[in-house]
Amino acid sequence: MEKKEILKELEHQFAEKITATSSDFGDDTLIIDRKSLLEVVQFLKQKPYEYSMLLDLTCVDHMGREPRFEMVYHFFSLTAKHRLRIKVPLSENDLSIESLASIWKNANWLEREVYDMFGVSFTGHPDMRRLFMYDGFEGFPLRKDYPLRKRQPRIRLRK
Amino acid sequence: MTTRIQKEAKKDSFLINMGPSHPAMHGTIRIMLELDGERVLNSEVEVGYLHRGFEKTCEHKTYFNLLPYTDRMNYVSPLINNLGYVMTMEKMLGIEAPEKAQYIRVIMSELSRISDHLTCLAAMAMECGAFTVFLYKIKAREFIWDVIEETTGARMTTSYIRIGGVRADLHPNYEEVLNKAIVETRKVLKDVHGLLDKNKIFLNRTRDVAVVAPEVAVNYGWTGPCLRSTGVYFDVRKTFPYSVYDQLDFEIPLGERGDNFDRYMVRMKEMEQSLRIIEQAMKKIPKSTAKTMAKGVQPAEAIKASREKRVEKNIILSPNLEGSEKDKYQDILAKSKKYIVPPKEETYTSIEGLINHFQFFMRDHGIRPPKGEVYFAVEGGNGELGYYIVSDGTEKPYRLHVRAPCFHVMAALEEMIQGHYVADVIPTFGSINMIGGEMDR
Repeated sequence: MEKKEILKELEHQFAEKITATSSDFGDDTLIIDRKSLLEVVQFLKQKPYEYSMLLDLTCVDHMGREPRFEMVYHFFSLTAKHRLRIKVPLSENDLSIESLASIWKNANWLEREVYDMFGVSFTGHPDMRRLFMYDGFEGFPLRKDYPLRKRQPRIRLRK
Repeated sequence: MTTRIQKEAKKDSFLINMGPSHPAMHGTIRIMLELDGERVLNSEVEVGYLHRGFEKTCEHKTYFNLLPYTDRMNYVSPLINNLGYVMTMEKMLGIEAPEKAQYIRVIMSELSRISDHLTCLAAMAMECGAFTVFLYKIKAREFIWDVIEETTGARMTTSYIRIGGVRADLHPNYEEVLNKAIVETRKVLKDVHGLLDKNKIFLNRTRDVAVVAPEVAVNYGWTGPCLRSTGVYFDVRKTFPYSVYDQLDFEIPLGERGDNFDRYMVRMKEMEQSLRIIEQAMKKIPKSTAKTMAKGVQPAEAIKASREKRVEKNIILSPNLEGSEKDKYQDILAKSKKYIVPPKEETYTSIEGLINHFQFFMRDHGIRPPKGEVYFAVEGGNGELGYYIVSDGTEKPYRLHVRAPCFHVMAALEEMIQGHYVADVIPTFGSINMIGGEMDR
Protein backbone atom coordinates (compact mmCIF):
# COMPACT_ATOMS: atom_id res chain seq x y z
CA MET A 1 0.00 0.00 0.00
CA GLU A 2 0.86 3.63 -0.30
CA LYS A 3 1.38 4.12 3.41
CA LYS A 4 4.21 1.65 3.60
CA GLU A 5 5.83 3.30 0.59
CA ILE A 6 6.00 6.62 2.38
CA LEU A 7 7.88 5.03 5.25
CA LYS A 8 10.21 3.21 2.85
CA GLU A 9 10.94 6.36 0.89
CA LEU A 10 11.69 8.26 4.05
CA GLU A 11 13.95 5.50 5.31
CA HIS A 12 15.80 5.72 2.04
CA GLN A 13 16.00 9.51 2.16
CA PHE A 14 17.17 9.82 5.77
CA ALA A 15 18.85 6.48 6.17
CA GLU A 16 21.13 7.42 9.05
CA LYS A 17 18.72 9.77 10.81
CA ILE A 18 15.78 7.44 11.31
CA THR A 19 16.20 5.14 14.28
CA ALA A 20 13.15 2.98 13.63
CA THR A 21 9.84 2.84 11.78
CA SER A 22 6.68 0.97 12.62
CA SER A 23 3.07 0.62 11.53
CA ASP A 24 1.48 -0.82 14.67
CA PHE A 25 -2.33 -0.64 14.58
CA GLY A 26 -1.99 0.93 11.14
CA ASP A 27 -0.41 4.15 12.44
CA ASP A 28 2.76 4.92 10.52
CA THR A 29 5.47 6.03 12.88
CA LEU A 30 9.00 7.33 12.53
CA ILE A 31 11.43 7.55 15.41
CA ILE A 32 14.16 10.10 14.81
CA ASP A 33 16.88 11.84 16.73
CA ARG A 34 16.15 15.32 18.03
CA LYS A 35 19.03 16.83 16.05
CA SER A 36 17.41 15.94 12.76
CA LEU A 37 13.84 16.90 13.72
CA LEU A 38 13.79 20.29 11.98
CA GLU A 39 15.38 18.95 8.84
CA VAL A 40 12.97 16.01 8.57
CA VAL A 41 9.79 17.99 9.22
CA GLN A 42 10.80 20.73 6.82
CA PHE A 43 11.43 18.09 4.17
CA LEU A 44 8.06 16.52 4.89
CA LYS A 45 6.29 19.85 4.59
CA GLN A 46 7.53 20.31 1.02
CA LYS A 47 6.21 18.55 -2.05
CA PRO A 48 5.74 15.71 -2.82
CA TYR A 49 4.67 14.77 0.73
CA GLU A 50 3.08 18.03 1.86
CA TYR A 51 2.52 17.23 5.50
CA SER A 52 1.25 20.76 5.83
CA MET A 53 -0.76 20.31 9.01
CA LEU A 54 0.61 19.79 12.49
CA LEU A 55 -2.30 17.86 13.94
CA ASP A 56 -1.01 17.32 17.41
CA LEU A 57 2.04 17.59 19.56
CA THR A 58 2.45 16.00 22.94
CA CYS A 59 4.87 14.25 25.22
CA VAL A 60 4.93 10.92 27.05
CA ASP A 61 6.81 10.33 30.29
CA HIS A 62 8.29 6.83 30.40
CA MET A 63 9.57 7.02 33.93
CA GLY A 64 12.28 4.50 34.70
CA ARG A 65 13.29 4.14 31.10
CA GLU A 66 16.19 5.82 29.39
CA PRO A 67 15.59 8.15 27.57
CA ARG A 68 12.76 9.09 29.87
CA PHE A 69 10.66 11.42 27.72
CA GLU A 70 9.32 11.06 24.26
CA MET A 71 7.93 13.84 22.11
CA VAL A 72 5.10 12.74 19.84
CA TYR A 73 4.16 14.72 16.73
CA HIS A 74 1.22 13.95 14.49
CA PHE A 75 1.31 15.36 10.98
CA PHE A 76 -1.36 15.29 8.34
CA SER A 77 -1.08 15.62 4.60
CA LEU A 78 -4.18 17.00 2.88
CA THR A 79 -3.04 15.85 -0.55
CA ALA A 80 -1.96 12.33 0.41
CA LYS A 81 -4.74 12.04 3.04
CA HIS A 82 -2.33 10.44 5.41
CA ARG A 83 -1.39 10.87 9.05
CA LEU A 84 2.21 10.39 10.13
CA ARG A 85 3.54 10.15 13.64
CA ILE A 86 7.05 11.23 14.50
CA LYS A 87 8.55 10.36 17.85
CA VAL A 88 11.65 11.93 19.32
CA PRO A 89 13.19 10.48 22.48
CA LEU A 90 14.47 13.02 25.00
CA SER A 91 16.79 12.41 27.89
CA GLU A 92 15.90 13.78 31.31
CA ASN A 93 19.34 15.37 31.75
CA ASP A 94 19.02 17.53 28.68
CA LEU A 95 15.32 18.18 28.29
CA SER A 96 15.20 20.48 25.32
CA ILE A 97 14.22 20.27 21.69
CA GLU A 98 13.97 22.62 18.72
CA SER A 99 10.73 24.54 18.58
CA LEU A 100 8.44 24.18 15.57
CA ALA A 101 6.70 27.48 16.27
CA SER A 102 8.40 29.17 13.34
CA ILE A 103 7.05 26.56 10.91
CA TRP A 104 3.60 25.84 12.36
CA LYS A 105 1.79 28.56 14.21
CA ASN A 106 -0.23 26.26 16.45
CA ALA A 107 3.03 24.79 17.72
CA ASN A 108 3.33 27.93 19.81
CA TRP A 109 0.49 26.96 22.15
CA LEU A 110 1.04 23.22 21.87
CA GLU A 111 4.65 23.58 22.97
CA ARG A 112 3.64 25.86 25.80
CA GLU A 113 1.26 23.14 26.95
CA VAL A 114 4.02 20.52 26.85
CA TYR A 115 6.36 22.86 28.73
CA ASP A 116 3.60 23.44 31.27
CA MET A 117 2.83 19.76 31.81
CA PHE A 118 6.23 18.09 31.35
CA GLY A 119 8.87 20.79 31.65
CA VAL A 120 10.34 20.25 28.22
CA SER A 121 11.97 23.46 27.04
CA PHE A 122 11.82 24.43 23.39
CA THR A 123 14.74 26.33 21.93
CA GLY A 124 13.69 29.12 19.62
CA HIS A 125 10.18 29.40 21.05
CA PRO A 126 9.02 33.03 21.06
CA ASP A 127 7.05 32.97 24.32
CA MET A 128 7.99 30.12 26.64
CA ARG A 129 5.50 30.36 29.50
CA ARG A 130 2.99 28.07 31.12
CA LEU A 131 -0.31 27.78 29.24
CA PHE A 132 -2.92 26.18 31.52
CA MET A 133 -1.27 26.49 34.92
CA TYR A 134 -0.51 29.77 36.58
CA ASP A 135 2.87 31.41 37.13
CA GLY A 136 4.19 30.16 40.41
CA PHE A 137 2.89 26.63 40.00
CA GLU A 138 5.54 24.20 41.21
CA GLY A 139 6.38 21.05 39.32
CA PHE A 140 5.05 19.53 36.14
CA PRO A 141 1.68 17.84 36.64
CA LEU A 142 1.67 15.24 33.88
CA ARG A 143 5.00 13.74 34.87
CA LYS A 144 4.63 10.31 36.39
CA ASP A 145 6.38 11.34 39.63
CA TYR A 146 3.83 14.11 40.26
CA PRO A 147 1.19 12.65 42.63
CA LEU A 148 -2.45 12.77 41.54
CA ARG A 149 -3.67 14.57 44.64
CA LYS A 150 -0.72 16.83 45.34
CA ARG A 151 -1.68 20.24 46.66
CA GLN A 152 0.04 23.46 45.77
CA PRO A 153 0.82 26.29 48.17
CA ARG A 154 -1.29 29.40 47.97
CA ILE A 155 0.09 32.17 45.86
CA ARG A 156 -0.46 35.87 46.23
CA LEU A 157 -3.15 37.55 44.21
CA ARG A 158 -1.93 38.98 40.96
CA LYS A 159 -1.74 42.76 41.00
CA MET B 1 3.71 39.23 37.47
CA THR B 2 3.18 41.16 34.31
CA THR B 3 1.64 39.67 31.25
CA ARG B 4 3.29 39.74 27.87
CA ILE B 5 1.05 42.47 26.59
CA GLN B 6 1.78 44.71 29.54
CA LYS B 7 5.44 44.58 28.68
CA GLU B 8 4.99 45.04 24.97
CA ALA B 9 2.26 47.66 24.89
CA LYS B 10 2.99 51.14 23.65
CA LYS B 11 2.92 53.85 26.26
CA ASP B 12 -0.03 55.79 24.88
CA SER B 13 -2.26 52.84 24.07
CA PHE B 14 -5.14 51.71 26.22
CA LEU B 15 -5.13 48.30 27.89
CA ILE B 16 -8.44 46.63 28.61
CA ASN B 17 -9.29 43.29 30.09
CA MET B 18 -12.09 41.06 28.76
CA GLY B 19 -13.03 38.06 30.85
CA PRO B 20 -12.61 35.58 32.42
CA SER B 21 -16.04 36.39 33.75
CA HIS B 22 -17.59 38.40 31.00
CA PRO B 23 -21.00 37.61 29.52
CA ALA B 24 -19.59 37.22 26.02
CA MET B 25 -16.55 35.19 27.02
CA HIS B 26 -18.59 32.05 27.53
CA GLY B 27 -16.36 29.23 28.59
CA THR B 28 -14.12 31.31 30.86
CA ILE B 29 -11.36 32.85 28.85
CA ARG B 30 -9.44 36.05 29.30
CA ILE B 31 -8.50 38.34 26.46
CA MET B 32 -6.30 41.34 27.17
CA LEU B 33 -6.63 43.97 24.50
CA GLU B 34 -4.31 46.79 23.61
CA LEU B 35 -6.47 49.45 22.06
CA ASP B 36 -6.02 52.55 20.00
CA GLY B 37 -9.42 54.16 20.29
CA GLU B 38 -11.70 51.29 19.37
CA ARG B 39 -9.23 49.39 17.27
CA VAL B 40 -7.41 46.34 18.59
CA LEU B 41 -3.68 46.84 18.14
CA ASN B 42 -2.63 43.70 19.90
CA SER B 43 -4.10 41.13 22.18
CA GLU B 44 -3.20 38.30 24.45
CA VAL B 45 -5.41 35.32 25.09
CA GLU B 46 -5.11 33.57 28.43
CA VAL B 47 -6.63 30.13 28.78
CA GLY B 48 -6.65 27.42 31.40
CA TYR B 49 -9.46 28.61 33.67
CA LEU B 50 -11.29 25.35 33.13
CA HIS B 51 -8.29 23.04 33.35
CA ARG B 52 -9.34 20.05 35.43
CA GLY B 53 -6.49 17.67 34.73
CA PHE B 54 -8.49 15.41 32.46
CA GLU B 55 -5.43 13.60 31.13
CA LYS B 56 -3.91 13.07 34.56
CA THR B 57 -7.20 11.77 35.94
CA CYS B 58 -7.58 9.34 33.06
CA GLU B 59 -4.15 7.86 33.75
CA HIS B 60 -5.48 6.82 37.15
CA LYS B 61 -8.77 5.34 35.93
CA THR B 62 -9.44 2.06 34.20
CA TYR B 63 -10.37 2.06 30.54
CA PHE B 64 -13.99 1.45 31.43
CA ASN B 65 -14.19 3.98 34.25
CA LEU B 66 -12.80 6.92 32.38
CA LEU B 67 -15.63 6.99 29.84
CA PRO B 68 -17.81 9.41 31.86
CA TYR B 69 -14.92 11.87 31.98
CA THR B 70 -14.98 12.15 28.22
CA ASP B 71 -18.57 13.46 28.44
CA ARG B 72 -17.30 16.46 30.27
CA MET B 73 -14.94 17.69 27.59
CA ASN B 74 -17.14 19.10 24.89
CA TYR B 75 -20.23 19.16 27.04
CA VAL B 76 -22.50 20.26 24.20
CA SER B 77 -21.78 17.17 22.11
CA PRO B 78 -20.78 14.52 24.66
CA LEU B 79 -21.79 11.62 22.43
CA ILE B 80 -19.11 12.46 19.88
CA ASN B 81 -16.52 12.53 22.67
CA ASN B 82 -17.69 9.09 23.78
CA LEU B 83 -17.52 7.86 20.21
CA GLY B 84 -13.99 9.16 19.71
CA TYR B 85 -12.68 7.46 22.82
CA VAL B 86 -14.58 4.25 22.23
CA MET B 87 -13.48 3.91 18.63
CA THR B 88 -9.86 4.49 19.62
CA MET B 89 -10.19 1.66 22.11
CA GLU B 90 -11.88 -0.53 19.52
CA LYS B 91 -9.02 0.09 17.13
CA MET B 92 -6.64 -0.99 19.85
CA LEU B 93 -8.63 -4.04 20.93
CA GLY B 94 -9.53 -5.08 17.41
CA ILE B 95 -13.27 -5.38 17.97
CA GLU B 96 -16.10 -3.93 15.98
CA ALA B 97 -19.61 -2.97 16.95
CA PRO B 98 -22.56 -4.65 15.22
CA GLU B 99 -24.24 -2.86 12.35
CA LYS B 100 -27.23 -1.65 14.30
CA ALA B 101 -24.97 -0.10 16.92
CA GLN B 102 -23.03 1.65 14.16
CA TYR B 103 -26.20 3.26 12.87
CA ILE B 104 -27.23 4.28 16.37
CA ARG B 105 -23.80 5.85 16.81
CA VAL B 106 -24.14 7.79 13.58
CA ILE B 107 -27.60 9.07 14.52
CA MET B 108 -26.40 10.06 17.97
CA SER B 109 -23.26 11.79 16.79
CA GLU B 110 -25.14 13.73 14.15
CA LEU B 111 -27.71 14.82 16.72
CA SER B 112 -24.83 15.98 18.90
CA ARG B 113 -23.27 17.83 16.00
CA ILE B 114 -26.52 19.68 15.43
CA SER B 115 -26.79 20.56 19.10
CA ASP B 116 -23.18 21.74 19.07
CA HIS B 117 -23.68 23.99 16.05
CA LEU B 118 -26.99 25.28 17.39
CA THR B 119 -25.39 26.27 20.67
CA CYS B 120 -22.46 27.95 18.98
CA LEU B 121 -24.57 29.97 16.59
CA ALA B 122 -27.18 30.76 19.24
CA ALA B 123 -24.54 32.29 21.49
CA MET B 124 -22.90 34.08 18.59
CA ALA B 125 -26.19 35.61 17.45
CA MET B 126 -27.23 36.54 20.97
CA GLU B 127 -24.00 38.42 21.53
CA CYS B 128 -24.73 40.39 18.38
CA GLY B 129 -28.09 41.33 19.86
CA ALA B 130 -30.27 38.79 18.08
CA PHE B 131 -31.96 37.37 21.13
CA THR B 132 -34.81 35.86 19.10
CA VAL B 133 -32.36 33.69 17.21
CA PHE B 134 -30.92 32.50 20.49
CA LEU B 135 -34.32 31.45 21.81
CA TYR B 136 -35.28 29.73 18.55
CA LYS B 137 -32.09 27.75 18.46
CA ILE B 138 -32.20 26.74 22.07
CA LYS B 139 -35.76 25.60 21.45
CA ALA B 140 -34.59 23.40 18.59
CA ARG B 141 -31.81 22.07 20.79
CA GLU B 142 -34.36 21.06 23.39
CA PHE B 143 -36.10 18.86 20.80
CA ILE B 144 -32.76 17.29 19.89
CA TRP B 145 -31.97 16.67 23.52
CA ASP B 146 -35.39 15.09 24.02
CA VAL B 147 -34.39 12.41 21.53
CA ILE B 148 -31.07 11.89 23.25
CA GLU B 149 -32.66 11.83 26.66
CA GLU B 150 -35.27 9.29 25.71
CA THR B 151 -32.73 6.75 24.56
CA THR B 152 -29.72 7.47 26.74
CA GLY B 153 -31.47 8.62 29.90
CA ALA B 154 -29.40 11.79 30.16
CA ARG B 155 -29.29 15.10 28.39
CA MET B 156 -25.65 16.04 28.49
CA THR B 157 -23.50 13.59 30.39
CA THR B 158 -24.70 10.53 28.59
CA SER B 159 -21.84 7.97 28.62
CA TYR B 160 -24.03 6.11 26.18
CA ILE B 161 -21.59 4.86 23.60
CA ARG B 162 -19.61 1.99 25.07
CA ILE B 163 -16.61 -0.03 24.01
CA GLY B 164 -17.98 -2.59 21.58
CA GLY B 165 -21.29 -0.90 20.92
CA VAL B 166 -23.81 1.23 22.75
CA ARG B 167 -25.34 1.12 26.20
CA ALA B 168 -28.91 0.35 25.24
CA ASP B 169 -31.14 -0.10 22.26
CA LEU B 170 -33.05 2.85 20.85
CA HIS B 171 -36.21 3.67 22.73
CA PRO B 172 -39.27 2.03 21.12
CA ASN B 173 -40.76 5.48 20.67
CA TYR B 174 -37.63 7.11 19.23
CA GLU B 175 -38.85 7.49 15.65
CA GLU B 176 -41.74 9.69 16.62
CA VAL B 177 -39.62 11.96 18.81
CA LEU B 178 -36.82 12.08 16.28
CA ASN B 179 -39.15 12.96 13.42
CA LYS B 180 -40.56 15.77 15.51
CA ALA B 181 -37.07 17.04 16.29
CA ILE B 182 -36.13 16.97 12.61
CA VAL B 183 -39.24 18.92 11.60
CA GLU B 184 -38.74 21.48 14.36
CA THR B 185 -35.04 21.92 13.64
CA ARG B 186 -35.73 22.44 9.92
CA LYS B 187 -38.29 25.11 10.83
CA VAL B 188 -35.82 26.86 13.11
CA LEU B 189 -33.06 26.74 10.53
CA LYS B 190 -35.39 28.33 7.98
CA ASP B 191 -36.40 31.04 10.44
CA VAL B 192 -32.81 31.75 11.37
CA HIS B 193 -31.77 32.02 7.74
CA GLY B 194 -34.54 34.56 7.32
CA LEU B 195 -33.55 36.50 10.42
CA LEU B 196 -29.80 36.67 9.96
CA ASP B 197 -28.67 36.11 6.37
CA LYS B 198 -29.47 39.62 5.18
CA ASN B 199 -29.53 41.35 8.53
CA LYS B 200 -27.44 44.51 8.30
CA ILE B 201 -26.39 44.51 11.93
CA PHE B 202 -25.29 40.90 11.75
CA LEU B 203 -23.56 41.33 8.41
CA ASN B 204 -21.59 44.36 9.59
CA ARG B 205 -20.11 42.33 12.40
CA THR B 206 -19.49 39.20 10.35
CA ARG B 207 -18.92 39.89 6.64
CA ASP B 208 -15.20 40.32 5.95
CA VAL B 209 -14.42 40.37 9.64
CA ALA B 210 -11.62 38.14 10.88
CA VAL B 211 -10.82 36.76 7.46
CA VAL B 212 -8.53 33.74 7.56
CA ALA B 213 -6.74 32.55 4.45
CA PRO B 214 -6.75 28.81 3.73
CA GLU B 215 -2.95 28.55 4.08
CA VAL B 216 -3.08 30.24 7.47
CA ALA B 217 -5.90 27.97 8.63
CA VAL B 218 -3.94 24.87 7.62
CA ASN B 219 -0.82 26.26 9.26
CA TYR B 220 -2.74 26.67 12.49
CA GLY B 221 -3.99 23.10 12.32
CA TRP B 222 -7.61 24.12 11.95
CA THR B 223 -10.11 21.39 11.23
CA GLY B 224 -13.87 21.12 11.08
CA PRO B 225 -16.29 23.88 10.10
CA CYS B 226 -13.71 26.61 10.69
CA LEU B 227 -11.26 25.08 8.20
CA ARG B 228 -14.02 24.37 5.71
CA SER B 229 -15.18 27.98 5.90
CA THR B 230 -11.88 28.95 4.28
CA GLY B 231 -12.58 26.60 1.39
CA VAL B 232 -10.32 23.69 2.31
CA TYR B 233 -12.02 20.35 1.82
CA PHE B 234 -11.29 18.18 4.81
CA ASP B 235 -13.77 16.25 6.87
CA VAL B 236 -12.79 13.16 8.84
CA ARG B 237 -16.13 11.58 7.94
CA LYS B 238 -15.19 11.70 4.25
CA THR B 239 -11.40 11.42 4.35
CA PHE B 240 -11.14 8.61 6.89
CA PRO B 241 -14.70 7.22 6.93
CA TYR B 242 -15.49 5.53 10.22
CA SER B 243 -18.60 3.71 11.41
CA VAL B 244 -21.10 3.64 8.50
CA TYR B 245 -20.50 7.12 7.13
CA ASP B 246 -19.27 5.65 3.84
CA GLN B 247 -22.70 4.15 3.23
CA LEU B 248 -24.54 7.43 3.67
CA ASP B 249 -24.91 10.21 1.17
CA PHE B 250 -24.05 13.69 2.37
CA GLU B 251 -22.19 16.77 1.27
CA ILE B 252 -19.48 18.83 2.90
CA PRO B 253 -20.40 22.51 2.71
CA LEU B 254 -17.48 24.85 2.03
CA GLY B 255 -17.07 28.56 2.54
CA GLU B 256 -15.30 31.00 0.25
CA ARG B 257 -13.81 33.82 2.24
CA GLY B 258 -13.13 32.39 5.65
CA ASP B 259 -14.74 35.24 7.55
CA ASN B 260 -17.19 35.14 10.44
CA PHE B 261 -20.15 34.94 8.11
CA ASP B 262 -18.74 31.91 6.31
CA ARG B 263 -18.17 30.16 9.60
CA TYR B 264 -21.82 30.86 10.45
CA MET B 265 -23.01 29.70 7.03
CA VAL B 266 -20.95 26.51 6.97
CA ARG B 267 -22.39 25.51 10.34
CA MET B 268 -25.93 26.25 9.18
CA LYS B 269 -25.47 24.16 6.04
CA GLU B 270 -23.78 21.39 7.97
CA MET B 271 -26.81 21.06 10.20
CA GLU B 272 -28.97 20.49 7.13
CA GLN B 273 -26.57 17.77 5.99
CA SER B 274 -26.65 16.22 9.45
CA LEU B 275 -30.44 16.08 9.27
CA ARG B 276 -30.10 14.34 5.91
CA ILE B 277 -27.72 11.80 7.42
CA ILE B 278 -30.12 11.12 10.27
CA GLU B 279 -33.03 10.58 7.89
CA GLN B 280 -31.02 8.14 5.79
CA ALA B 281 -29.73 6.32 8.86
CA MET B 282 -33.28 5.99 10.18
CA LYS B 283 -34.29 4.25 6.97
CA LYS B 284 -31.22 2.04 6.78
CA ILE B 285 -30.97 1.00 10.41
CA PRO B 286 -31.45 -2.77 10.70
CA LYS B 287 -34.49 -4.01 12.59
CA SER B 288 -33.93 -5.53 15.99
CA THR B 289 -33.62 -9.28 15.94
CA ALA B 290 -35.15 -9.37 19.41
CA LYS B 291 -38.74 -8.49 20.12
CA THR B 292 -39.06 -4.84 21.05
CA MET B 293 -40.38 -5.45 24.51
CA ALA B 294 -39.62 -8.97 25.62
CA LYS B 295 -42.27 -10.59 27.77
CA GLY B 296 -40.84 -11.97 30.92
CA VAL B 297 -40.70 -12.01 34.69
CA GLN B 298 -39.96 -9.09 36.97
CA PRO B 299 -36.35 -8.82 38.27
CA ALA B 300 -37.33 -9.41 41.90
CA GLU B 301 -39.18 -12.61 41.04
CA ALA B 302 -36.27 -13.78 38.92
CA ILE B 303 -33.78 -13.28 41.74
CA LYS B 304 -36.06 -15.15 44.11
CA ALA B 305 -36.49 -18.00 41.63
CA SER B 306 -32.77 -18.14 40.92
CA ARG B 307 -32.10 -19.29 44.47
CA GLU B 308 -33.69 -22.61 43.61
CA LYS B 309 -32.92 -23.12 39.95
CA ARG B 310 -31.59 -21.33 36.88
CA VAL B 311 -34.04 -18.81 35.44
CA GLU B 312 -34.76 -19.64 31.81
CA LYS B 313 -37.39 -17.00 31.19
CA ASN B 314 -36.72 -13.46 30.02
CA ILE B 315 -36.32 -10.87 32.69
CA ILE B 316 -37.83 -7.46 32.18
CA LEU B 317 -35.39 -4.60 32.56
CA SER B 318 -35.79 -1.03 31.50
CA PRO B 319 -33.96 -0.69 28.19
CA ASN B 320 -32.60 2.71 29.12
CA LEU B 321 -31.53 3.01 32.66
CA GLU B 322 -31.02 -0.44 34.10
CA GLY B 323 -29.08 -1.93 31.24
CA SER B 324 -30.35 -3.49 28.10
CA GLU B 325 -31.98 -6.85 27.99
CA LYS B 326 -29.83 -9.81 27.13
CA ASP B 327 -31.82 -10.40 23.96
CA LYS B 328 -30.74 -7.08 22.57
CA TYR B 329 -27.06 -7.50 23.23
CA GLN B 330 -26.43 -9.13 19.87
CA ASP B 331 -27.76 -6.05 18.09
CA ILE B 332 -25.98 -3.40 20.02
CA LEU B 333 -22.79 -4.88 21.47
CA ALA B 334 -19.92 -6.82 19.98
CA LYS B 335 -19.62 -10.49 20.81
CA SER B 336 -16.78 -10.45 23.27
CA LYS B 337 -16.89 -11.58 26.86
CA LYS B 338 -13.66 -9.81 27.70
CA TYR B 339 -14.58 -6.28 26.76
CA ILE B 340 -18.33 -6.11 27.32
CA VAL B 341 -20.13 -5.71 30.63
CA PRO B 342 -22.10 -8.94 31.05
CA PRO B 343 -25.91 -8.63 30.94
CA LYS B 344 -27.48 -7.81 34.29
CA GLU B 345 -29.90 -10.73 34.06
CA GLU B 346 -26.96 -13.12 34.13
CA THR B 347 -25.06 -11.26 36.81
CA TYR B 348 -27.96 -11.43 39.23
CA THR B 349 -29.21 -14.93 38.50
CA SER B 350 -26.25 -17.16 37.62
CA ILE B 351 -22.86 -17.82 39.12
CA GLU B 352 -21.04 -17.59 35.76
CA GLY B 353 -22.61 -14.21 35.15
CA LEU B 354 -21.50 -13.02 38.55
CA ILE B 355 -17.95 -14.20 37.94
CA ASN B 356 -17.93 -12.48 34.55
CA HIS B 357 -19.12 -9.32 36.21
CA PHE B 358 -16.36 -9.40 38.81
CA GLN B 359 -13.76 -10.25 36.20
CA PHE B 360 -14.77 -7.12 34.39
CA PHE B 361 -14.85 -4.73 37.31
CA MET B 362 -12.34 -6.16 39.79
CA ARG B 363 -9.04 -4.44 40.40
CA ASP B 364 -6.26 -5.61 38.07
CA HIS B 365 -8.86 -7.17 35.79
CA GLY B 366 -11.09 -5.69 33.16
CA ILE B 367 -10.15 -4.36 29.77
CA ARG B 368 -6.46 -4.85 29.05
CA PRO B 369 -5.43 -3.77 25.58
CA PRO B 370 -2.14 -4.93 24.09
CA LYS B 371 0.97 -2.81 24.55
CA GLY B 372 1.38 -0.03 22.05
CA GLU B 373 0.05 3.32 21.09
CA VAL B 374 -2.80 4.35 18.89
CA TYR B 375 -4.27 7.51 17.44
CA PHE B 376 -7.80 7.72 16.17
CA ALA B 377 -9.94 10.68 15.30
CA VAL B 378 -13.60 11.36 14.66
CA GLU B 379 -15.23 14.48 13.31
CA GLY B 380 -16.36 16.39 16.36
CA GLY B 381 -18.49 19.50 16.39
CA ASN B 382 -15.40 21.67 16.05
CA GLY B 383 -13.24 19.43 13.91
CA GLU B 384 -10.92 16.50 14.24
CA LEU B 385 -11.31 15.16 17.75
CA GLY B 386 -8.40 12.79 18.17
CA TYR B 387 -7.42 10.47 20.97
CA TYR B 388 -3.85 9.33 21.44
CA ILE B 389 -3.63 6.44 23.88
CA VAL B 390 -0.44 4.76 25.05
CA SER B 391 -1.05 1.38 26.65
CA ASP B 392 1.44 -0.53 28.76
CA GLY B 393 -0.69 -3.66 28.90
CA THR B 394 -2.38 -2.88 32.21
CA GLU B 395 -5.99 -1.97 32.88
CA LYS B 396 -5.22 1.76 32.99
CA PRO B 397 -4.00 3.91 30.12
CA TYR B 398 -0.34 4.86 30.50
CA ARG B 399 -0.99 8.11 28.73
CA LEU B 400 -4.13 9.54 27.21
CA HIS B 401 -3.98 12.70 25.18
CA VAL B 402 -6.84 14.43 23.46
CA ARG B 403 -6.41 16.49 20.36
CA ALA B 404 -8.97 19.17 21.09
CA PRO B 405 -10.11 20.80 17.86
CA CYS B 406 -10.94 24.20 19.33
CA PHE B 407 -7.50 24.48 20.92
CA HIS B 408 -5.99 25.02 17.49
CA VAL B 409 -8.69 27.44 16.43
CA MET B 410 -8.30 29.46 19.62
CA ALA B 411 -4.56 29.70 19.06
CA ALA B 412 -5.36 31.84 16.04
CA LEU B 413 -7.70 34.24 17.85
CA GLU B 414 -4.99 36.82 18.58
CA GLU B 415 -4.19 37.05 14.91
CA MET B 416 -7.85 37.07 13.87
CA ILE B 417 -8.93 40.05 15.93
CA GLN B 418 -5.87 42.17 15.24
CA GLY B 419 -6.84 45.42 13.56
CA HIS B 420 -10.57 45.00 14.12
CA TYR B 421 -12.95 46.84 16.43
CA VAL B 422 -13.69 45.73 19.97
CA ALA B 423 -17.24 44.99 18.83
CA ASP B 424 -15.84 42.49 16.30
CA VAL B 425 -14.01 40.54 18.97
CA ILE B 426 -17.24 39.11 20.33
CA PRO B 427 -18.77 37.64 17.14
CA THR B 428 -15.32 36.42 16.11
CA PHE B 429 -14.94 34.63 19.39
CA GLY B 430 -18.50 33.34 19.06
CA SER B 431 -17.93 32.01 15.55
CA ILE B 432 -15.08 29.72 16.54
CA ASN B 433 -17.11 27.91 19.19
CA MET B 434 -14.63 27.59 21.98
CA ILE B 435 -15.73 25.02 24.53
CA GLY B 436 -13.81 25.45 27.75
CA GLY B 437 -14.03 21.83 28.81
CA GLU B 438 -12.59 20.59 25.56
CA MET B 439 -9.94 23.23 25.17
CA ASP B 440 -8.48 23.26 28.69
CA ARG B 441 -9.22 19.58 29.38
